[in-house]
Amino acid sequence: MDIIVIIFTLTGLIFFFATTVGLLRFPDFYSRMHAAGKGDTLSSLIMLLALVFYNFHEFNLANLLVALKILLIGIFIFMASPTATHAIIDAGYESDIKPWTKKPEEES
Amino acid sequence: MDSFFIGIGVALCFLMLLTLHRAIHGPTAIDRIMGVNVIGTKTTVLLVIIGTIYHRVDMFVDIALAYALLNFIVTIAASRYFQHHKNLNPNGYGYRFRAEDD
Repeated sequence: MDIIVIIFTLTGLIFFFATTVGLLRFPDFYSRMHAAGKGDTLSSLIMLLALVFYNFHEFNLANLLVALKILLIGIFIFMASPTATHAIIDAGYESDIKPWTKKPEEES
Repeated sequence: MDSFFIGIGVALCFLMLLTLHRAIHGPTAIDRIMGVNVIGTKTTVLLVIIGTIYHRVDMFVDIALAYALLNFIVTIAASRYFQHHKNLNPNGYGYRFRAEDD
């Protein structure tokens, strides 16, 4: 059971590292939001699933309730994080932020 | 297994510090909201990891759930507030992008 926890947690950490690199290196607001929205949600879900597996080292009612609460956090993040991403993207699009192009000023 | 979770928590804190660079030096206000949203989502996971280290997951999981709700409400409110501002681009305040707005 421990090897599943280690594999899932390290996978989530790798996904969050990719999110951070994309957040720091991408040139545009929209592409940065593309990196942040998906990688953040997926890494949070994988790490919470690993913590659910770790809490089942002995099976009783208290551990079952704690695992259900962690799963509730996971379900809430699964619904709330794409909604927040959509709201931020909509705010940026309505505020006329220009998308990144390869030659920004000379061609237009 | 506790030292493994301590290492994971330290790595998460380091990556959140790198994300904080985007939240501070973001070119627009929307970039700052995005960085704060990512940091808040990772703080939810970090609170559950801290509860696992202290062997008090039943207390910390409620704090993590409340933090997830607060982070979602803060992100929605901030993005609704900045929705129709026309001067979010880094060209400075007061810069109009469409000539027919004047």
